[in-house]
Amino acid sequence: MSKIKLTIDNRQVEVESGTTIYKAARELGIDIPVLCYMDLHDLNIENKPAGCRICVVEVEGRRNLAPSCSTNCEEGMVVKSHSVRVLNARRTVMEFILSDHPKECLTCLKSGHCELQDMAVKLGIREIPGEAIAEMSTYRLDTSPSIVRNLDKCIMCRRCETMCNDIQTVGALSAIHRGFMAVVAPAFEQNLEHSTCTYCGQCVAVCPTGALTEVNHTNEVLRHLADPSKTVVVQTAPAVRAALGEEFGMEPGELVTGKMVSALRSLGFDFVFDTDFAADLTIMEEATELLSRLQNHLEGDGTARLPILTSCCPGWVNFFETNFPELKDVPSTAKSPQQMFGAIAKTYFAEKQNIKREDMIVVSVMPCLAKKYECQREEFSTDGNPDVDISISTRELAAFIRQANIDFKTLPDEEFDNPMGESTGAGVIFGTTGGVIEAAVRTAYELHTGKKLEKVDFEQLRGLEGVREASIDFNGLELRIGIAHGLGNARKLLNDVRDGKSKYHAIEIMACPGGCIGGGGQPFHHGKSEILKARASALYREDQDKPIRKSHENPFIKVLYDEFLGEPNSEKAHKLLHTHYFDKKKRITIKQ
Amino acid sequence: MHLLVCGGTGCRASESAGIEAKLKSELEKRSLDQSVQVISTGCFGFCEKGPIVKVMPDNTFYTQVTPADAETIVAEHVVKGRRVESLIYTDPSSKEKVEESAKMGFYKKQLRIALRNCGFINPENVDEYIARDGYLALGNIITGMKPQEAIEIMKESGLRGRGGAGFPTGLKWDLTARTEADQKYVVCNADEGDPGAFMDRSILEGDPHSVLEAMAICGYCIGSDKGLIYIRAEYPLAIERLKIALSQAREYGLLGNNIMGTEFSFDIELRYGAGAFVCGEETALIHSMEGLRGEPTLKPPFPSESGYNGKPTNVNNVETLANIPVIYLKGAKWFSSIGTEKSKGTKVFALAGKINNVGLIEVPMGTTLREVIFEIGGGIKDGKKFKSVQTGGPSGGCLTEKHLDTPIDFDNLIAAGSMMGSGGMIVMDEDDCMVSMARYYLEFTVEESCGKCAPCRIGNKRLHELLDHICKGNGKLEDLDRLVNMSNVIKDTSLCGLGQSSPNPVLSTINNFKDEYDAHVTDKKCPAGQCRDLMEYFIIEENCVGCTACARVCPVAAITGERKEPHLINPAICIKCGACMEKCKFDAIIIQ
Amino acid sequence: MSSIKIELRQQDIDKIKEIAASFGNREHELINVLHKCQEHFGYLPAEVQEVVAEELKAPVAKVYGVVSFYSFFTMTPKGKHPISICLGTACYVRGAEKVLDEFKKELSIEVGQTTGNGKFSLSSLRCVGACGLAPVVLVGEKTYGRVAPDDVKNILKEYND
Repeated sequence: MSKIKLTIDNRQVEVESGTTIYKAARELGIDIPVLCYMDLHDLNIENKPAGCRICVVEVEGRRNLAPSCSTNCEEGMVVKSHSVRVLNARRTVMEFILSDHPKECLTCLKSGHCELQDMAVKLGIREIPGEAIAEMSTYRLDTSPSIVRNLDKCIMCRRCETMCNDIQTVGALSAIHRGFMAVVAPAFEQNLEHSTCTYCGQCVAVCPTGALTEVNHTNEVLRHLADPSKTVVVQTAPAVRAALGEEFGMEPGELVTGKMVSALRSLGFDFVFDTDFAADLTIMEEATELLSRLQNHLEGDGTARLPILTSCCPGWVNFFETNFPELKDVPSTAKSPQQMFGAIAKTYFAEKQNIKREDMIVVSVMPCLAKKYECQREEFSTDGNPDVDISISTRELAAFIRQANIDFKTLPDEEFDNPMGESTGAGVIFGTTGGVIEAAVRTAYELHTGKKLEKVDFEQLRGLEGVREASIDFNGLELRIGIAHGLGNARKLLNDVRDGKSKYHAIEIMACPGGCIGGGGQPFHHGKSEILKARASALYREDQDKPIRKSHENPFIKVLYDEFLGEPNSEKAHKLLHTHYFDKKKRITIKQ
Repeated sequence: MHLLVCGGTGCRASESAGIEAKLKSELEKRSLDQSVQVISTGCFGFCEKGPIVKVMPDNTFYTQVTPADAETIVAEHVVKGRRVESLIYTDPSSKEKVEESAKMGFYKKQLRIALRNCGFINPENVDEYIARDGYLALGNIITGMKPQEAIEIMKESGLRGRGGAGFPTGLKWDLTARTEADQKYVVCNADEGDPGAFMDRSILEGDPHSVLEAMAICGYCIGSDKGLIYIRAEYPLAIERLKIALSQAREYGLLGNNIMGTEFSFDIELRYGAGAFVCGEETALIHSMEGLRGEPTLKPPFPSESGYNGKPTNVNNVETLANIPVIYLKGAKWFSSIGTEKSKGTKVFALAGKINNVGLIEVPMGTTLREVIFEIGGGIKDGKKFKSVQTGGPSGGCLTEKHLDTPIDFDNLIAAGSMMGSGGMIVMDEDDCMVSMARYYLEFTVEESCGKCAPCRIGNKRLHELLDHICKGNGKLEDLDRLVNMSNVIKDTSLCGLGQSSPNPVLSTINNFKDEYDAHVTDKKCPAGQCRDLMEYFIIEENCVGCTACARVCPVAAITGERKEPHLINPAICIKCGACMEKCKFDAIIIQ
Repeated sequence: MSSIKIELRQQDIDKIKEIAASFGNREHELINVLHKCQEHFGYLPAEVQEVVAEELKAPVAKVYGVVSFYSFFTMTPKGKHPISICLGTACYVRGAEKVLDEFKKELSIEVGQTTGNGKFSLSSLRCVGACGLAPVVLVGEKTYGRVAPDDVKNILKEYND
């Protein structure tokens, strides 16, 4: 690559050709404000429609201002990033944007995390000229099981559209109409519920404003906590502990497991358990299923469907039910850890505690918005009583902690309750891409070979590449593994599976880029991919520090099988811990 | 003898097809149908006086012909050789009959290059095009010239794009020719969206082969074998004639593989626009051809590097292309001898509005607005006073009396605060309110903005609202400063040419008609008497006979008065419906 | 949101498939396919768009995004006699807006709507290129030139059938 010299704000800088003015300015420490632009470099996610025009700069010799996010540097270019002309333009454009945005910051869910609000502060906007006669573009509010769309707040940054189409290939959202009424919406402006949406929540994760948010369930949790007749049990997913601290000003990647437990306890939960426990359980079931399918396959059973696909990600389950219903027999039938937890909590644990099913409330804290939908699926309930009653996101938990006036940073570290709080390192790494399959391999290897695994770290399964593969020697049997995160990457592997061209024995799929650490319910990363990396490494750190790092060695898992389930894939295990999938291909979707 | 009947859209709308049929049947009756040919041509340009019938070779020009006149023309002119006096054009100023078009004020100052064949040939017959040296230029070039030589001629000619921006055509070809690629495209932009301009349509309807030939020449020069015409679906006649022209050209081996026995192959497909003004912008046009929303993208990359399907693409407008064959036949020197220093050749204008001779005209660059409006256009309708001429459509500006002697070319119009645009020229008289005019154009822009970038999506809406506010008498003096600031920022920051020019009608009317804006905001008066909310109905005491007709018709009982006494309108109640004024037989009611 | 619910007959679905196939089922040809479908059905109800999406393997949201972008495409059926009033600049300065207002008044509908009996629909368009006849009104294929508000009643009368 050739080098280019240019001047920005009277300072010289040398950059590689193809560098944008925005990036060149950053090298000089000049932080040009950007709004619609988003670059998650490590995940190959980029959104730069050059639509908001906030990042405009003056380039000598050009008639108009240039958007720095998408204008490439040229040799000898002279750029002014804060001339009077630029500042006036930036402010006026911001006033335009705000003139078509509801002024309800005080009650907006996104307040404090809103990039538009930050920009208004940064640009010092104090009034919106002409506000009195400014018509606003307004739309119907849409609430689905997981996501709320309040498009009055949409600023047409198109990030959600990029995520939904280019990255996730879900195609639920598109820009519609034109001009002042242009907005991003599902086909025919139907509710999200009637679209191909998987509730992966990546649109919510990147939305700069309050246009796309999660359905807030904290009040419901509060109601149950206040009810003395209920025993409220909470489970926390692995990725939550690696990100929750960010909400309280802690460094990304700081593990807050102990503080989180402590906070949940002081919020009044009766039992604070760990979804990681259920993750270990998932491994027991899934690894056993893998080995049995593999065995049948090796013995020439043509009906044994390989590769086996992981099934713990609800966004991914929604995706294949909608897009690849013909493959619905391929994924593992093992329920997700959230649902396994609920099923065991409301049977085994409830019996042990002598609590009636209807008196027990299971709350999950998840990095995920699809989990909200998952726990509402009919098949995950008994006589109308759901195995998991409410799922809240990491962000909702943080808000809850703040509401309760808990000083999170100074909380003491506390331990999970038993028996469902005990977990292994294998359960922890479920929260990042490649983690589920690594956990499965640790157990499957020992179950299959009968030998002790010397080195439990499978580095070849880790990383942020969208599609990865590895083969692992199972005592002479070469186990071929594929990994995809992000549904667009998953689609690539699935096309091969559908066409019978897949070379893998097992594939792990996570709907969200980065896996659960990048889930739609996590603290907003605001386009910084280093945050996702820090969260992933935190999980691997916790794994490393765990005394037990293989699921089948979890003592409470052993007890659970001995006392209650029998053995993996037993009839009882099947009844409680396995599920089946549906053809959800959408036809004519018009519903009045 | 030939009878040329205008088959342009305007004349078609006035039953020219009926005239053609009647002429034919009358000739048949007299067994003259072998010796006298009736030919349906493209637009003659003189739409005001349509339908037009021209008799060749004696050049008699009949105007406002009806099907009933057909018999007279045949009986008198064809059979007896006597001109039909009643159908001959009368010069409105000298009141003399002018028999030949060349001597008519409308045609005298015109020089028809792009329109050279319109009104002369049957556009549905390739032989007639060939008889006027059609496809000769293509033949000469592909058998005797290297692409680069032909590009050099195009550069020397000084031809600039007629679609609006005036980019040098030869340079554009050169850039596309220099980009290496396995596939390149030639695109003809026939998405004429400027309200009040119809030259591209007339060329395609009247001389489609000149466009096809030019596209093939361009294909040879830049190294492309594939052409695409992006045409408005609203132009059924042009589409029909293009389809006929394409099949005839293919039949004659003028398009297709190995044209005229050479190595050069080139063919053309039609693509249909679907009603979006922004698709006149070349990147938006390309996206539309790719089956996407017609949203523009940032340039660079220019289409010459990455256009249709990501391949180098040369986009030229219809009128530009129509000039090209004749440039190669008569030489670059000939072409560059016409026009001004920086704008060579001629320009077609669609002359409309409050002018006597509405129509399509072509004049050398450098002709003054005065010549166009008063000599060719025959002056202002109904003897009213000239007020302004709007050039460049929604992107252009309103020019005044003081600009009348400005020679028209690309640069002069920009210097005067307007632009060439595609060549719409709307003349306004003293009854036209310039604030309302600006509002009209903004209404158009608001409707046609694609919505991708904030300044165009929201800013234009705000401009329109403020203009509307002013027209309704609610404006304040400081609003004018806001109009100017918003306009400047929208121009400076918008993504594409649409937003970069949409405030021009506002800025040019503020610059040239400041007093009219002042009257609206300070005196709450509309000097042109067009803004309804600023009007007051008033009864002239001397003229009122007290017939009570006005009081009886008033829907809100705003008029009072005794029988046979002068009446009075209460302005506080009056809703300005105008019913009273219509009813009054004594001209006693006026608007102030 | 579309308020129309139609049942596509098998022959309608086959027709859409045939149109899509004639363009090689390529996503690139979406606009051409939509043009052909609108030509056939007279409008583009959601159900048609959904089949188009399936045939071109494009998300239906994207198809709707395109349909709703271009003013030529419509999701409501046009009246038996579609009326279009040219609001191009030439027609505008010669009073087209007043003509449009008169049509709205006479038919009691707004631009983009169809009368209850399905007889007339009203739309505005930008320049039909007959500026010499401004203001211009189109009813179906027929062009009316130099229309004044007073002419509106008589024009409508012609379609009393």
